[in-house]
Amino acid sequence: MDSDIGALTIIFTEFYYWVTVVFMFLIHVGFCMYEVGASRTKNMMHTLMKNTMVIPLVTITFFFFGWWIYWAFPNGIPFITGEVPEAAAANTAWSELMAPNMQDRITGVFWAAFLLFSWTAASIVSGAVIERIRSGAFWLVAVMVGSVTWIIDAAWGWHADGWMVRVLGYHDAYASGVIHAIAGGAALAVLINLGPRIGKFRADGTPRNIVPHNPWLVTVGLFLIYTGFWGFYVACNIPIWDVQSGDGVFYSATNIYLAPTTLSGITLNFLMSLSGGLMAAYIVSRGDAFWTYSGGLAGIIGASAGNDLYHPIQAMLIGALVATIAYKMHYWVERRFKIDDAVGAVAVHGYAGFLGVVIAGFMLWGYPSSPNPEFASISPWGNFIGAIIMFFVLGFVPAYVLSAFLKGLGALRIPREIELVGLDLSEYAGRYMSEEDVKNAELEEARGAGFVR
Amino acid sequence: MSTGNIVDWTGNMADIGPLYPFVGSEGLLFVLGMAFWIGWHVWQIRMENANYRDDSETLRQNNNMDKALRGERVLRPL
Repeated sequence: MDSDIGALTIIFTEFYYWVTVVFMFLIHVGFCMYEVGASRTKNMMHTLMKNTMVIPLVTITFFFFGWWIYWAFPNGIPFITGEVPEAAAANTAWSELMAPNMQDRITGVFWAAFLLFSWTAASIVSGAVIERIRSGAFWLVAVMVGSVTWIIDAAWGWHADGWMVRVLGYHDAYASGVIHAIAGGAALAVLINLGPRIGKFRADGTPRNIVPHNPWLVTVGLFLIYTGFWGFYVACNIPIWDVQSGDGVFYSATNIYLAPTTLSGITLNFLMSLSGGLMAAYIVSRGDAFWTYSGGLAGIIGASAGNDLYHPIQAMLIGALVATIAYKMHYWVERRFKIDDAVGAVAVHGYAGFLGVVIAGFMLWGYPSSPNPEFASISPWGNFIGAIIMFFVLGFVPAYVLSAFLKGLGALRIPREIELVGLDLSEYAGRYMSEEDVKNAELEEARGAGFVR
Repeated sequence: MSTGNIVDWTGNMADIGPLYPFVGSEGLLFVLGMAFWIGWHVWQIRMENANYRDDSETLRQNNNMDKALRGERVLRPL
């Protein structure tokens, strides 16, 4: 901060990430609206609170240990596959830099940008499991996904020095695998242990469509998720960085790996992949609003791994392809395995994210994964192994183990009788009753005043 | 008496580090924070279990499940 240009660069970067955080907040607003709209009226408040409390729980745990994991795990598992980098010490919860400090202006906003990714990862699981999971069980899963497993995968595959980037040439610029595949894999694991909602499947095994109680809330929620996704994309970049190797200086935006890209390019690709997803999903779902909107998300997620480098028409076609496959996979898995994913989260995030990483491996085959020429280049096998690590190793397996443990304790699913009458009746009955009591009191008052005979 | 290292804003800004009070207590604050977090989960899970246990018991009594499904109030107010 001792020169004008230095100060401007630092303050611009600080403000840049700060704005992305505000935008990304809308993702969580959208998820809450989406879930509440998709739930039945008897479960609305429970659904809302289940996702709302992700905010404080993931925030504090991400402060306590999640952020440290990002800086401590790039070499794999600390002390087993490699040392803890020196940078980790400055990012512990007890570091003087994780607080107001005149010597640091970026840690807090950078932390917050990653924190909002964490909320998203946990929130993706939230939608799939509505109307029958215990809040306490879900919040343990949310902390694990939001503050432990996703941030391990970020350290491995979404860090300029991550071992997956170095060894596999893993490339996932806007987190198809790093956030979406891992969250989708975790959601699938919890769904297997949780089981379907009562009445979801007929005696012959065919599924019933449990329709959203408020489709308008669902669609507005998805629009808000699109809006927040802008902040997400921008937060995945470094806004100003000297990308010139050797002599000279050339400032550009970079992706998370410090490799050059442009905000112009990602803007084109974001909108084209969204459009491809929307158009394909409209056709395959025959104009179903829920799936058309979700297809738009699947389109973005499917192209995100390579949206720093794709041509916009490539992004559109990939978005269309991935949205189509995600839609087909959702119904095939539902019928074949009796998985009740209430909002299609496993398909939209899990399958689409997985495919997005795999497709990027083919599309960007031979591209450098990093400015560091010693790192492996991008390849189909590197990204395929990466997709497996995201979806299964860090997504599915830990969530399966935790949810199976909770199921064994009888602490995963709500009692059947509560599910039948509705969670809101059990947890919020008093509040609804008092509203009616107040109405009766007002009527009495009106009668007493002679307004009503 | 001062809880922090800062008593005025004069001097060289480059020499100023942490702005918060009680610098040096970060380790203790971390322990307190972790205890608050874990304690919250324990409290919440106990509360949720007790709630479901009471309501399940009520719903199993008499004809209460039938009444509840028909919209009658059978569960206790909060």
